[in-house]
Amino acid sequence: MVCNVCGTSDATIHLTEIINNQMLEIHLCETCAQEKGTDFKTHFNWGELMPGLGAPEKGSKSQEKKILIRCAECQMTYEDFAKTGRLGCSNCYTAFSKMLLPLIKRVHHAVTHVGKKPSKIPREVRSTHDLRQLQDRLRKSIQTESFEEAARLRDEIKQLEDKTKKGKSAKNE
Amino acid sequence: MNDVDFLIHQPAEWLRATGPHADIVVSSRVRLARNLHPYPFLQRLPEDQQEEIIEMVEDAVHKSERIKEAHYFRYNNLTDLDRQFLLERHLISREHAGEKGEKAVAISPNEVVSLMVLEEDHLRLQAFQSGFNLTETWRILTQVDDDLEKILNYSFSPSLGYLTACPTNVGTGLRASCMLHLPGLILTKQVHKVLQALAKLNLAVRGLYGEGTQATGNFFQFSNQVTLGQPEEEIIDNLVGVIQQVIDHEREARQYLKDKRKSKFEDQIWRALGTLKSARVISSQEANQLLSLLQLGVHLVLIPNTLTIQELNALFLLVQPAHLQKLLEKSLNSAERDIRRADLMRERLAKVSL
Repeated sequence: MVCNVCGTSDATIHLTEIINNQMLEIHLCETCAQEKGTDFKTHFNWGELMPGLGAPEKGSKSQEKKILIRCAECQMTYEDFAKTGRLGCSNCYTAFSKMLLPLIKRVHHAVTHVGKKPSKIPREVRSTHDLRQLQDRLRKSIQTESFEEAARLRDEIKQLEDKTKKGKSAKNE
Repeated sequence: MNDVDFLIHQPAEWLRATGPHADIVVSSRVRLARNLHPYPFLQRLPEDQQEEIIEMVEDAVHKSERIKEAHYFRYNNLTDLDRQFLLERHLISREHAGEKGEKAVAISPNEVVSLMVLEEDHLRLQAFQSGFNLTETWRILTQVDDDLEKILNYSFSPSLGYLTACPTNVGTGLRASCMLHLPGLILTKQVHKVLQALAKLNLAVRGLYGEGTQATGNFFQFSNQVTLGQPEEEIIDNLVGVIQQVIDHEREARQYLKDKRKSKFEDQIWRALGTLKSARVISSQEANQLLSLLQLGVHLVLIPNTLTIQELNALFLLVQPAHLQKLLEKSLNSAERDIRRADLMRERLAKVSL
């Protein structure tokens, strides 16, 4: 299915809007959804989702506008997740990222993973992850004022970045 | 053979009462949540794929380097009592024991590693050590994880890390926990102060059998909440630092009881022994509470050391409903259990004189 807005990319996010009892379906690709994102407001209550997360954020709760965001892979809606607190598949993280990321940030005070990774992952995923890991270590070594370590990490990061760039340009040629 | 009964004749790893600070930290546990690519998470997993995963994981376990000897139990071959028994030994979670549907668990022969299949996530891999030993526990677990990932494909995102069914576990998928025995802090009424301070540090404190359970017998589980944005070692180091402080507080409280409130304290411990040696009917909750006081008495050498901590730990497990029934090899209702539990206590404590 093609995105309704740009008409070129594959739609991964599917919205159903109910306006005056009429159902409207919108299919969006990730980029367009992000741009349009601010126009959509979810109607569910954060407080219900994860007890103990503090005061729920006030969403505009209107009877006339009801939105269903559905994961294209497993057909789970964000509402389903809000009820059970469990996602349907790994693609749900992408499909619901707009709502999930603030939630994740609140729980973990971070939105990116540092630490272990599986040995069997594609090279690009690996180098992105390695780079992030090094940047995190660099940040920490500066905090603790271990500048020798920081200098070494900075060189390592530069090397890795150069390598990735080279890899990319080689591919393009 | 598909039988969990052999376990009753060996001490559970987490009750061996060895390792650093074993008089306060009963055990250390680390678990990892993993899902298999490209399968949907459990909620959306069709039945035929559930079976597929159970088989695939069994194969991976037997091909692995470190847990190839593990026993692999499929839940359709286990009775409710078997599952309750594994739950009491902490080898499976309450959720895993209670939910319907196809599931399985792999347990290493020495009970150090267990792997729940189709829990909240496809895989919940955990390792135990007796005493305050989180770093070693992590070392064991990450090696088993390395073994399995060579064979299985994990769901992993470069930004969010290991993807889990619940976003509260995403990233490392790691939950480290220690079970602490804190009778000193309870008796000196300081435990709430300590727990309040911990809540501010993003740590969770739970009862004996995990999420949603009450602390019984003065046992508490301390664990990390945050799983994203910190490397595994850092998460563990943070927890170790906090628990170290709780240990210090508990030691102080125990010393205070021994020095400043000796007669009242001794009275409580001897009365506990008296009750256990004479009761004709006893619930598991009361037995836990009294055994906890006895343990404290043995640690502080207030009662003669004809009784070892290992024996007390074994009793602590044997008085649980499923263990009692497995030990006596018959199914008992709750009232019958309370009688047989009291019998067992009197028998095992006969050698200690009042």
